[in-house]
Amino acid sequence: MSATKKIIHGIYDDEVPLMEGCKKLRAAGIRIADVFTPFPVHGLDQTIGLERTRIAICAFIYGITGTALATLMMWYMMVHDWPNDIGGKPNWNYYTAIPAFIPITFESTVFCAAHGMALTYFLRCWLIPGTAPKNPDPRTTDDKFMIYLELNEEQSTKADSILKETGASEVNYKGTVAVKDHH
Amino acid sequence: MHAESDIRIPLIIENKSYRQISDDIIRPIEGKANKWWYAMFTLSALAFLWGIGCLAYTIGTGIGVWGSNNGVDWAWDITNFVWWIGIGHAGTLISAVLLLFRQKWRMAINRSAEAMTIFAVMCAAIFVTLHTGRPWLDYMLFPLPNQFGSLWPNFNSPLLWDVFAVSTYFTVSLVFWYIGLIPDFAMVRDRIIAPKVKKIYTILSFGWGGGAKHWQRFEEVSLVLAGLSTPLVFSVHSIVSFDFATSIVPGWHTTIFPPYFVSGAVFSGFAMVLTLMLIVRKVFSLEAYLTVKHVEYMNIVIIVTGSIVGVAYLTELFISWYSGVEFEQYAFINRATGPYWWAYAAMMTCNVVTPQLFWFKKIRTSLIATFIISIFVNIGMWFERFVIIVPTLCRTFLPSTWNMYHPSFVDIGIFVGTIGMFFTFFLLYARTFPVIAQAELKSIVKSSSREHKEKAKHAHH
Repeated sequence: MSATKKIIHGIYDDEVPLMEGCKKLRAAGIRIADVFTPFPVHGLDQTIGLERTRIAICAFIYGITGTALATLMMWYMMVHDWPNDIGGKPNWNYYTAIPAFIPITFESTVFCAAHGMALTYFLRCWLIPGTAPKNPDPRTTDDKFMIYLELNEEQSTKADSILKETGASEVNYKGTVAVKDHH
Repeated sequence: MHAESDIRIPLIIENKSYRQISDDIIRPIEGKANKWWYAMFTLSALAFLWGIGCLAYTIGTGIGVWGSNNGVDWAWDITNFVWWIGIGHAGTLISAVLLLFRQKWRMAINRSAEAMTIFAVMCAAIFVTLHTGRPWLDYMLFPLPNQFGSLWPNFNSPLLWDVFAVSTYFTVSLVFWYIGLIPDFAMVRDRIIAPKVKKIYTILSFGWGGGAKHWQRFEEVSLVLAGLSTPLVFSVHSIVSFDFATSIVPGWHTTIFPPYFVSGAVFSGFAMVLTLMLIVRKVFSLEAYLTVKHVEYMNIVIIVTGSIVGVAYLTELFISWYSGVEFEQYAFINRATGPYWWAYAAMMTCNVVTPQLFWFKKIRTSLIATFIISIFVNIGMWFERFVIIVPTLCRTFLPSTWNMYHPSFVDIGIFVGTIGMFFTFFLLYARTFPVIAQAELKSIVKSSSREHKEKAKHAHH
C-alpha cells in the first residue's frame, strides 16, 4: 500500500520565530524535512538535530594524499630517476634532500586538500551548474525563512497549529508526495 | 551566536531589513551603468588592448624588445610580478585570516577583495609566463614525462616552488571565492525577472537552495578553506621572497626577506582594497555597509604592516653594516646614493612616512586622506620592488659588469596593459557579481547593525 504525505511550507519573516517553530515541532515529535534560509542561522543545526558534517575529515585525508603525492613525485624525479648535482646538495636519498622539497610538499598538501574538499562539497550538495534551484520558494534566498515538512494527515494538523502559533506568516500546502515503503 | 557589546560601533549604520540588503546588492546588477562606468571601462579597455599589443610584439619579435640587458636581467617584469602578487594577498587575508579571527567587519569587503586577488594574480601570471623569454616552452616548468630522457624541472629551485605556490594560490583563491558566491548568485537568480539573465544566474548558482544541511557544509568548508588559505598567504609570498633570498646577490641574500615581503604584500594589498572600495561605496551607494569604521580598521592594518616594513628596512640597513661584509654595505649605500637614489627616496617617503600618518584619528577616519595615502602606498610598494631589483643588479660583484637600465616602451606598455586588464575585469565584476557578501551580511544584522544596538540600549533603560 502506498501512502502519500502532504507537503507543507511554513514561511517566517525572521529567524527568531523560525527557531521557535523548529524547537516546538521537534518537541512534538514531528520530523523536519528541511529548513530553507537566506543565510546560515546560528544554532539551527542543533535545533533540528543535524549531525555534524564530516567534510573537514575528508579535507584532511585529501591533504595527506597531497603530501604523499608530492613526496613520491620528488623522490622519484630528484633522487631515483635523474639525481643532479645542484650546488653540491645531497641527492642520494630523500631524507637528506628534504629541506628543498618542503615548499612544494606543502603547496601540494594545500592544493589537494582544498580542491578535494571543494569537489566533495559540490557533489554531496549536488551543486552542479545547470541544475534547477533546490529551494521550493524563491523568496527564501531574499528575506523569507521556510520550514519544509512532508507529513501524514494527523501530523500535518498538529504542525499547522504549531507553525501558526509560533508566528509563521504563511502556511502553504503544496500538494503531496508518494511515500516509499520501508521494510 | 555572535554577540558583541551594544556600545561597539555598528557595522551596518542604517536601518536595513534583509530585503533592503538584497535590494541594495542587486541594484547595480539589475540597473544600467552610468556614464562614469562607461568612461572608466573605455579607458581601461584601451589600456588593456595596448598591453595585449605589446605582449604580441614581445612574443613575435623576442624578449630583446624589453629594456632588460645582460646585467639587469630582471627589471620591470619581476617588479610588476611581485607587485601584483602582493596586491592579491590582501583579498585572501581578509577572507581567510579575518574569518579565523571572527572579525565581522570583513563581510562588507571580502567579496570585492577576493575578486581583486583573482584579477591581480592573473596580471602577475602574465609577467611570470612571459619573462621566460620563450613562453611557448613554459610547459617545461611542469613535471611532465618527456622525450629528453624525461628531463625533470629542478625541485631545488625557488623559481619552481613559485610555479607550484602561485598556481595553488590562484586556484584555491578562485574556489574559495566561488563557493562564497554561490548563495549570493542564488539570491540574484531568484530576484531577477529577465529570463535570459535569470538563466545565466541559474547556471552560475549551481542550483543552490539554502537548505540547512547545505549551509552547515558551507560554513565548515569556508572555515577549512580559510584555515588552508592562511598558511598559503604566508607561504606564497615567502616563496616569492626566496627568489631573491636564496641567491648570493648582496642586498638579496638576507633572511629578513620572507616576513618583510609578506607584510609588504598585506600592506600594498590593503591599500589597493581601500582605493577600490572607496570608489565602489560611492558609485553603488553602499555607504551603509562600507562604513568609516571599516576604512579605519583597514587603515590600522596598514599602520601595522607598514611599520613592520619600516622596521624591515632598518633591519636590513643595520645588518648590512653589522655584518662587516663590504659588498652588503655597498649594496645599501648604492641604493640610497647611487644612480637610482630617487627611487629609494620615493620608496622611503611613500612606505615609511605616509602610513604613519594613520596614527592620527582624524586622518585615519578621513576618506579623502585615506584615498590619497592608499595611492601613495601602492606607488611606494612598486618602488620598493624596483629598488630591490634594479639598483642591485646594476651594481653586482664585478665592476666591469656595472651598467644602467632603462625600460622600453614595451615594458611600460605591458605594465599599463595589466593595470587596464585589472580595472576592466573589476568594472565588469562590479556590474555582474554581487559585490558584497550579502548572505553573510544578513547574518550580522541582529548583532551588529545600528538599529538593533539602539533597540538594545533602550531596552536596558
